[in-house]
Order: sequence, then structure tokens, then C-alpha cells
Amino acid sequence: MTHSLFQNIGTMAYRNLLKTLHNPDQFMDVLIQPILFMILFGYLFGGAIAGGVHAYLPTIVPGILAQTVLSAASGSGAQIREDVDAGVFDRFKSLPIARIAPLAGQLLADSLRLLVATVASLLTGYCMGWRPNVAFGWVVVILLLAVFIGWAISWIYALVGLLSSSAAMVQSFSLMTMLLLAFLSNAFVPIKTLPKLLQIIATLNPVTYVITAIRQILARGTLTPTAGWVFLMGWGIVLVFAPLTIWAYDRRN
Amino acid sequence: MSAQTAIRVTHLSKTFNQHRVVDDVSFTVPAGEVFGLLGPNGAGKTTILRMLTTLLTPSAGHIAIFGHDLQTAGRAARACFGVTGQNAALDEDLSARENLLIFSRLNGLTRAQARQRTQELLNEFSLTHSADKPIATFSGGMRRRVDLAISLITRPALIFLDEPTTGLDPRTRTQMWTTIRHLVAQGSTVFLTTQYLEEADTLADRIAVIDHGKLIRTGTPAALKEATGASKLVLTIADLDQVTPAAQVLATALEAHPQVSGHTLTTPFHTTDQVAIGLSALKRAAIPVAHLAVQAPTLDDVFMALTVGQN
Repeated sequence: MTHSLFQNIGTMAYRNLLKTLHNPDQFMDVLIQPILFMILFGYLFGGAIAGGVHAYLPTIVPGILAQTVLSAASGSGAQIREDVDAGVFDRFKSLPIARIAPLAGQLLADSLRLLVATVASLLTGYCMGWRPNVAFGWVVVILLLAVFIGWAISWIYALVGLLSSSAAMVQSFSLMTMLLLAFLSNAFVPIKTLPKLLQIIATLNPVTYVITAIRQILARGTLTPTAGWVFLMGWGIVLVFAPLTIWAYDRRN
Repeated sequence: MSAQTAIRVTHLSKTFNQHRVVDDVSFTVPAGEVFGLLGPNGAGKTTILRMLTTLLTPSAGHIAIFGHDLQTAGRAARACFGVTGQNAALDEDLSARENLLIFSRLNGLTRAQARQRTQELLNEFSLTHSADKPIATFSGGMRRRVDLAISLITRPALIFLDEPTTGLDPRTRTQMWTTIRHLVAQGSTVFLTTQYLEEADTLADRIAVIDHGKLIRTGTPAALKEATGASKLVLTIADLDQVTPAAQVLATALEAHPQVSGHTLTTPFHTTDQVAIGLSALKRAAIPVAHLAVQAPTLDDVFMALTVGQN
């Protein structure tokens, strides 16, 4: 058609960011939570787990980073649900634009929010004395990896948002899965300290792989096989969930 | 031929869980007409509208908008019309201006065009004072105006209005009617659903009456009123003894059958002259009238008359 798909997606993303600017409550949660957790957990558990805050930082910074992208991604489900309930999506559907534009725009805006939240987490770590021993470029790499994984996961939550019956349900589902995935992993504690059953769960938890990949990159200053797998896993999620989400979006016909 | 036909609906049906919500509906709306779809709650008005605007896929039948079949050319069809829904579909957090700007851009306007069109529409709909306040602070009437403004961004040849005045106060309703008439004067085709006979009557060139998913009758408002019978003169007679004589006087004067209920006499009439004739006949018979009211035909009457006529 006369105007491009990318321009439509850009407009949708702009709309979404404007909403965040006018009504920043939800985003403040995403932004403040990692800062708070980083400070709280760092000083609370640092001594017990690693013998000091400074020694704990290489463990907790990637952990908080993963938790941040998870909680930011889980927020997109609730926002999509709100749009559907308000009837705004119906209006989008009656516009002469590609049907994927509203969803893609939302998820593009989510990536920008993810970027801000991850930068905030890393800066907090920096203020607490975290100094990665690798070139700055690798810090950018793990940042982008985290944002990419968050973006991939937000397709899953977008699907949940479209399929569930109410915004409240999406919110409680998001919170529950986010807490389980973040805490039943190697984000804050070494897995070998867990009971047997939880060890199995934590080892299988995909979040564990994301965190391991980030720690490896930050420790060695090189891409590791785990990082490669995590990257592939992200694309796997998108390839499976993007079509499902678009199907769910059109399904209301 | 197809260029002059705004909407062509043939044998349209929609079934939800084996429940037929829309049942074999066919009609044609020529370009430039105001077409009213009239029906009570749950008659299938909104379902038809959602199918016409590509939000629902029909279970059977065909819809063409300006010759574009919705099944094969949905996107081309969507470029021809604007929709204003029952619940204003707006971003509550955004201002009226931002809502208009974003939808202008999504409709393919450039940044500069979008700004200009937004300003035009804000002026046209008297929204300049509140343009930068969030929609969440707007009244029902203002929301509808923003909503309508959004559907007019592209100056569409066809506008769908879903119950445009439901829930509005009388003043806002009149304003809305003026706006709609203005659109019609500019040459737009308007398809509106309503549950108010009065609204269909003042706005529509032609009305389709729908009930339980079936099209009962299509016609001009005048033809429809013909079918409904007439307006009613409702008289209250102060003295109960005089009610029966009054009924006889009216029956003779108006050649009608007044219905008696307590002190109240309800008599159908066709012209206003008949009201005068009836009242002067009562005066000559020295029967004082305590209270007088004229009842316009209601939607109930339309349905009573039309469905009875069918059986």
C-alpha cells in the first residue's frame, strides 16, 4: 500500500511510548524494582552467600538483569489485554494497515522499555561497585542479549494477554510465573545449595541458561556455546509464539 | 453500477454456538444515502455492523463495500469507510490531539498532513479547548465527538455509526444529529444503527427494521410509520362519569376506537387537524379535559405493528 509497514509499526510504538509517558506507574514498577532488589538482595544476602557484597555482585547483577527483562516482558500481556478491553484494537483492525502492526508496535515499544530498565539495573550494580573485567563492548553485548530475550518472552505474555479473560488474570499469571522463573534459577544462589528436586527444576529453567550465558560472557569476554543456545532459544520462542499470538489476535473474528 | 452502490449485503448470516444471531439478511445502500438499522437490544444490529466493518467474519453470505468484496479485498474496503463504535474506542491516557495525530498517521497521512488534519477536526468538533487534556477526563459527549472525528480523518465516502447517541443527554444528542446532517450534506453515505425511532426518523432516508436477527422491513420513515399505525392522543378526563361519553364523542369525531383505562382515553390519530377536531368536539359536548398528551409512535409500536403484520 501507499505507506509502509514499518512506518505503521513505528506509529504504534510511538503511541505505546506516549501512553507510558502519560501514565508511567506501570513502567516505574519495572524500573524501580531492579534497583530496589539489587540494593536489598546485594546487602542482605551478599555476606551470607559470597562472603561480601563485592564478591556477590558478579552473581547478582546478571540475576537481576534476567529478572528485570522477565518482569518487563510480563507487563506487555496486561497492556495488550487493556487495549483489547477498551476496544482500541477493534479500531486498529478496521484501519487499512497490516494486522501485525499493532502487536509489533507494542513489542517494539516494549524493547525500548526493556533497554531503559536493563541499563538502570546495570548502573545500580555499577554504583554498588560492580566492575566487569571485560571490554565495554561485551557489556553492550549482554545488554542486547537480555533485551532480545525479554522481547522474545514478551510474545509469550502477549499471547497470554490475548487469550485470558481479564486484565487482572493476566497480571496475577504474570507475577506468579515471573517469581517462579526468576527465583527457581541460579539468579541469586548457587544451584547446588538447593534441595534435590529444586536443583532439577532450576537446572532445567531456561532463565538459568540466560543467566549462565551472561555470566560467562562477562567473565571470559567471549561468546560461549551457552550464549549461542540462548540466542537460538530466543528465536525459537519467537518462531513459535509470534504466529500463535497473531492467530489469537485474529481469532476474535 | 457498483460505483453507485455503497453497501451490498446478500444473504448474510452469523451463527454463534448454533445460535443464529443474524439470519439471511439482504439489503443495498446506494451512495449518498443515510441508511438506518433499527432494532431493539440484542436484535443483531451490532453483529451486522461488525461484519460490515470486517471485525467479524460472516458464517454465510456476502458483503461488498463500494464493489470491494470483504472476503477478497478487505483492506481495499477498509480504506473506504470510517467507524464510530458504541463505546468510544480511544486511548484514555492520551489527549484528543494525540489520538487524532496517531490515527492520522496510521491512515497514511504524512507528519505535516496529520498535524493539519488534526487541527481542522479539533476546530470542526469544537474540541480546541480540551485538545491537550487526556481523554480520561472527557464527558460522554466529548468522547463521542473525538471518536467521530477520528473516523472522519480520511474523509471516508462511507461512515458507520453504531448507536451514535445512546447514553447522551438531549443537548448533546441534538449536537450529534447536527454533525451527522453536516456530513450528509458533504455527500457522505451514512450507515447508522439506533434503537430510537425518532433518531432514525430525523436522520435516515431509509430504515431497515431488524428483530431476532431477521430483517422485518425496509422502507422510508414515512412508510414505516404508515405500518406502525399512528400517533396517539392521550386525554385525561377529570370526571369518571364522563369518560364513556367522551369516548363516544371522540369515536364519532375521529372515526377511531379510543382505549379506555380509568380516567385516560388513548385515541390514534393521523394528522394534527384531527387533534383539534377531537378537542373541539369534546368542548361542544361540555366535557372538560384535565390533561392532554400526544404520544409519538415508539419503537415498541413499530415492532408490534410490523411483527403482527407478518404473522
